[in-house]
Amino acid sequence: MERYRFLMSGSGGQGVITMAIILAEAAVIYEGRTAIQSQSYGPEARGGATRSDVIVADGPIFFPKVLHPNCLVALTSEASNKYLHLIRPGGLFLYDSDLVQFDVRVDMRRKGLPMHRAVMETLGKPQTFNICVLGALAVLTEAVTLESLEKVLMTRFAEVHHKNNRTALQLGADMAAALVEN
Amino acid sequence: MSAATTGKTPGKKAAVQAAEPEIRFVQGNEACVRGALYAGLKFFAGYPITPSTEIAEHLAELLPRKGGVFIQMEDEIASMCAVCGASLAGSKAMTATSGPGFSLKQEAIGYACMAEIPCVIVNVQRGGPSTGLPTKVAQGDVMQARWGTHGDHSIVVLTASSVQDIFEITVEGFNIAETYRTPVILLFDEVVGHMREKLVVPKQGELHVADRLYTEVKPGVNYHPYLPREDGRLPSSDFGGVHRYNVTGLFHDIFGFPTEHPDQVSKLIYHLVDKIENRAHLLARWKEYYLEDAEHVILSYGSPARSARHLVENRRSKGDRVGLIELQTIWPFPAQLVREKTAHAKNIFVAEMNMGQVTTLVKQAVVNPNRVFLVNRVDGVMLNPQDIGRVMRTIEGRGF
Amino acid sequence: MAVKDYIRDRFFPHIWCPGCGHGIVLNALLHAVDELALDRSSLCMVSGIGCSARISGYVGFHSMHTMHGRALACATGLKMARPSLNVFVPMGDGDATAIGGNHFIHACRRNIDITAIVLNNQIYGMTGGQYSPLSGPGILATTAPYRSIDAAFDIVNLAMGAGATFVARTTSFHVKEIADLLKKAVLHKGISVVEVMVQCPTYFGRKNKIGGPVEIMEYFREHTAPLGSKKLEENPELIPRGIFREETRPEYCEEYAAIVTRVRE
Repeated sequence: MERYRFLMSGSGGQGVITMAIILAEAAVIYEGRTAIQSQSYGPEARGGATRSDVIVADGPIFFPKVLHPNCLVALTSEASNKYLHLIRPGGLFLYDSDLVQFDVRVDMRRKGLPMHRAVMETLGKPQTFNICVLGALAVLTEAVTLESLEKVLMTRFAEVHHKNNRTALQLGADMAAALVEN
Repeated sequence: MSAATTGKTPGKKAAVQAAEPEIRFVQGNEACVRGALYAGLKFFAGYPITPSTEIAEHLAELLPRKGGVFIQMEDEIASMCAVCGASLAGSKAMTATSGPGFSLKQEAIGYACMAEIPCVIVNVQRGGPSTGLPTKVAQGDVMQARWGTHGDHSIVVLTASSVQDIFEITVEGFNIAETYRTPVILLFDEVVGHMREKLVVPKQGELHVADRLYTEVKPGVNYHPYLPREDGRLPSSDFGGVHRYNVTGLFHDIFGFPTEHPDQVSKLIYHLVDKIENRAHLLARWKEYYLEDAEHVILSYGSPARSARHLVENRRSKGDRVGLIELQTIWPFPAQLVREKTAHAKNIFVAEMNMGQVTTLVKQAVVNPNRVFLVNRVDGVMLNPQDIGRVMRTIEGRGF
Repeated sequence: MAVKDYIRDRFFPHIWCPGCGHGIVLNALLHAVDELALDRSSLCMVSGIGCSARISGYVGFHSMHTMHGRALACATGLKMARPSLNVFVPMGDGDATAIGGNHFIHACRRNIDITAIVLNNQIYGMTGGQYSPLSGPGILATTAPYRSIDAAFDIVNLAMGAGATFVARTTSFHVKEIADLLKKAVLHKGISVVEVMVQCPTYFGRKNKIGGPVEIMEYFREHTAPLGSKKLEENPELIPRGIFREETRPEYCEEYAAIVTRVRE
C-alpha cells in the first residue's frame, strides 16, 4: 500500500477531528497498519477552521505531521482555499461539491460529492456528515476498509447511533463507488 | 528495527505468557495516564492548562474507578503541595502541567527535593516565556526543569518521542522517584502529548514496577527518617504509621529536625546532589541508530527526534553515514555517554525546539565543541526533517 | 496520658520570644488532644512558615513543616490520601490570609475535615514586624512607618463567606476557651476554623506602644465578649468570641469516597 498523508479540513462542529481519529484508529487496530493522527489546537477547535493530519502506512512513521497531503479532504471553501496549494501532484482531493467552491487549478484527482446534501436527505440531520465522508474515503483510497471503519464506529459510539452511522458510511461509499465507475 | 540498539529502555522482564496484547490508539497524554496507573499511581492533583489538560481529564475518570484520588486544586501551586502531602501518606503521586503552571510548581518541587518526597511532575511543554504559545509546541523548559527551583539540588528529568515511549518512560519515572525518593519530571512536548498513535499496553509484570522501600524499625525504637542506608536509599515510614517524625523544607538532621549546623547542612546538600549525580550512568536512558560508522550524528529528544529519525532513515537509504542518538534522560545530563557516542563524529547536530539549551550541554560534553551545531525552531511549529536537512547540508558544505 | 508526652523534648527550648502567645495555644491544643484521647498514630500537624508554623516541630505528631502559605494545600493532599488522619493546620497571619489566602478559602469551600487554627497576632513576627492583612489601619510596623492604610480581614467573616462549616474565635487570654473550642473543632466533621487572637509583645506590642504580654492580654479581656452575652449586647463595639457557625454540610473526603464506591471497578 502506498503511504497516505491525509490533510482533513473543515470548520468547527463538522466532526473533522473525530473523522480523522476514526480513520487512523481503524487502520491501526483493525488493519494492523501504522497510523498517526494529529490536529491543530486552539480557538479554531471551537469553531472556525479545523485541521487534522493522518498518516497511514505499512511501515514506521517518524515525522507525524503532513506538509504536503496526497489526500486532501475539504468540507468548506475556506479550508480548500487554505490547503489546496499544498496538495501533492496527482493527489486525491475529496470535497463536498455543495459546500466547497474553488477555482484553483492544480494537478490533482478531483472528487466532489454532495455528501452533506445526501446525509440531510436520507437522515435529516447533519451529525453523520463526517461518517459519510469516511465511507467515501474507504472506497477512494486503500488506507482502510469499510468494515474496519464500521468496527471503530461500533466501539466509539453508543448503540443508538449505530444505525445512522452505518447508513451514512454506506451512503458515502455508494456515492464514491458510482463516481469511480463513471 | 535492526539498525537500532536501545540503551537501557525501561527494564523489560522476560516475556510473560503470550495472550492477546491490549492495543489502543491514544494520545501521548493518555499514554502517560495509562503508564502512571500501570506504575501504581494512587493520587493526582492538578489544575487545567493546555496542552497537558487531557492528563487530568483522563485521571478524573480513571482514578476513582481504581480507588485512587483525583483532585482539581485551586492552582498549580496547591496541586504540587497536595502531591507532597499525599506522597507522605504513602501514595504514589503525580501532577501534570504546562508553561506557566510549571513555573508555579517550582516552589513545592524544591520542597520535595529537600524533604525527599517521591513524586512525578509532568510538563507537556508549550511555547514561552509567560503565556507564550499555549497551543503550540516548544522545548524551552529544559533548563527550568533542572534549575527552576531555587538553591543547589539535583533532579531527574526524562522525556520521550512516541506514545509507546511515553507509557514506558512514565513507569520508569515512578520507579526512579520511588527508588531514590526524589521528584522526577517528565518533560514531554505538545506534539507527543497530543498526537495519537498505537499503544501496546504491557501486561502487568512485563515492565518492572518499583515500590517504596519501608523501614523495618520496630515501634518504640528510634527511626531516623533522614539517615540514608549505605546505598544512599532512605527507608520510608508513612504518615499514619507507627513512626511519627518531622518533615521540613529547612536543612535538617537525621531525625528531620531543623539544623543550621554546618556539618549537617553540608552532609545533606551533598547527599541530595550525590544520590542523583553519582548515578547518572544508571539513570541514563537513550536510543541510538546507526552510530557505528556515522560521520554526522544528530542528537535529539522529544518530538524533534522523530524528524531526526525520518531524516536519518532517508539519508541512510542513500548511503550517507548519518546516525542518531535520542536522549530519554535529560537530567542528570549523560555527558559521558554523549562524549563516547559522538567520539568519531565529524559533526554533531543538536535538534531541539529552543535556543540551544541542550546544545550548550553537548558542547560542554564533547571533545570538540566547535563541531556542535544547533538545529532549532522556536516559532511554535514542529521542527521538520527538512529543517534539519538544510542545516546539515550547509555545514557539510553542500549548499543551503 | 500527660500533656508533656505529646511534646518533642528534643526540640526545646522553643524559638518563641518571652511572652509570646503561641505557647498558650500549643498548650491548649495539647490539652484538647489529650482529653479527646485521639489515636496517636492518626495525629498529623501540617504547618507553613512563620512563628506559628514552628508548632508542628514541637509536637510528637506526624509533622510536616511546609512552605509559606501552603500548609492547607499540603494538608489537603495528606487528608485525601488517608482520610482516617486527624489533621491540624496552625497558621499565622501570612499563612492564612496573605500568601496562603487562596488555599484558605478553597479549603473552606471544599469543607475538608481539617482543623485550621489561625494565630492572629496582627503582625509578621518571624521577619521582624511588618504589617499583615490582619493589622488593620493605623498600625505601626517596619513596613508601615507612617501607619498602615490597609483594611484588615475579619477571619471569621472570611471563613464563613468561603463556606467553612465550623467557625470560632477566642484569644490567648481565654485559655480554657481555646481548648474547649479546639475540642469541638476536632470533633466537627468538615473544615473547622478557629481564630485565636494572640499577643506579639516583641513587635506588635512594642511598636504600637501597647505594652508587654500582660497589657495585650488585658486588652483581649476588656475588648472582647462572648457571643450572646449581655456584655456584648450592651457594648456592640467589642470583638465577639465563641462559635459563629457550626453546621452540617457534606464533607469532602466522604463525598469523594462515595464517588469511588459508585464507580469502582
